[in-house]
Amino acid sequence: MAMPGIFTAPLLGRNPVTVQILGICSSLAVTTSLETALTMAASLTVVLVLSSLAVSLIRHHLPNSIRLIVQIVIVASLVIVIDQVLQAYLFEISQRLSVFVGLITTNCLVLGRTEGFARSNPPGPAMVDALGNGLGYSLILIAVGAVRELFGQGTLMGLTVLPTVEQGGWFTPLSLMLLAPSAFFILGFVVWALRSAFPDQQEAPETLPPEVPELRP
Amino acid sequence: MADLNPIHAWQRMLAQPNESRGKTVFVAFLTALACTLLVSGATVLLRPVQTANRAAETQARLEALLAAIPGMSDILSASEEARLSTVVIDLASGRAAPGVTPETLEAALLDTANWTPLSPEADVAGIGNRPDFAQVYLLREGDAVRLMILPVAGAGYNGPIEAMLAINGDMETIAGIAITAQSETPGLGARIEETRWQESFAGTRWQDAGGEMRFAVAKGPATTDYEVDGITGATRTSTAMTRIVRFWLGPQGYGPLIAAVKRGEF
Repeated sequence: MAMPGIFTAPLLGRNPVTVQILGICSSLAVTTSLETALTMAASLTVVLVLSSLAVSLIRHHLPNSIRLIVQIVIVASLVIVIDQVLQAYLFEISQRLSVFVGLITTNCLVLGRTEGFARSNPPGPAMVDALGNGLGYSLILIAVGAVRELFGQGTLMGLTVLPTVEQGGWFTPLSLMLLAPSAFFILGFVVWALRSAFPDQQEAPETLPPEVPELRP
Repeated sequence: MADLNPIHAWQRMLAQPNESRGKTVFVAFLTALACTLLVSGATVLLRPVQTANRAAETQARLEALLAAIPGMSDILSASEEARLSTVVIDLASGRAAPGVTPETLEAALLDTANWTPLSPEADVAGIGNRPDFAQVYLLREGDAVRLMILPVAGAGYNGPIEAMLAINGDMETIAGIAITAQSETPGLGARIEETRWQESFAGTRWQDAGGEMRFAVAKGPATTDYEVDGITGATRTSTAMTRIVRFWLGPQGYGPLIAAVKRGEF
């Protein structure tokens, strides 16, 4: 695949969250507000690009028997570094993201890209692919985060958009939006919309139920 | 004679088949080494910034708490004598702890001998172990204590809640509260961080004339002197706040200290 294709494919057509349903645990947990979603998206993209670069650089010398351990160790180290940087320079946001930055380590998306792409491609394409996937993930995270913050608290990035009843406005916040199930609903609607728009994303039914003729006495 | 040139040794190692045992160990070792250096480097380099962040946050919360209590900023700015002093107290006796200063408090609390395990019945705040020492802040005017700020903590719905509770000089009413750490549900329990809710603490009593603990976060608006407004949709967080305040103002918490201040020992 050419470079531009590697980059654009994961944005919508092969989006890691909506098509491969990878990394949804974090997309549920950190999307209660747009700000945390943005920080998480940026952290994941950085970790993904750097770990793809590292894995791609050592791909010719990666023994098969320990390749997963080596990849996880690289990812985990990068995650710790990112977490420390956030705690030092974006202290307030890091407090709200709490454990979820650490959980990037176990985000299936990161290991999926290093194992599935970076391990068998040169550093250039590996990083472009990682960036595309990171941005595809970010896109969904930001969309879900914006919807949840707007309807759950009436704000975007902490700025009031819909004045709530408590502040003397007209908007009654939907508390459900702030709870994890709402992220499932929104994600479900996004997946539905995307698969309706791009029918090729629909999976073929793997097994059809056998036709059983009706028995008549 | 064996070739001892390290560059040749490196090239020989890389040229080995990937599946050989030597190369597997070699790659594992190098990866571990590189990652160790990366992680410890980042931790050591960034630790001073992180410590400063945490200290600055506590200080900012303290100042915000003082500013939010009616009349406090007047006292601080009007009188030269008014000053905020930091004391480490021994919770069990209610006196200043001998030999423990705010600087050595952190080290003292690393020693498990300085913690008291709580029985399940006594442990209403859900903290398990209570430190024997706590750093409190006293605001004096002349010799009289006008305000006492007490750090409190306990188990919330999603994780620990930490707060600073300010008590008026009469040692009978709460002056204010500031939440310093929490991980409650955003928009529901996390609303304990809102100033409007925290303002309802001002002037609340926590025990009646008989000394019985009466403080509670109400279900709905507060109806008595002993209650603060409830938070809609956050029953568990409200209950946790009730328990935290009750525990820390009770005999296992700052009760002895409050009694000592009342007797004029501070």
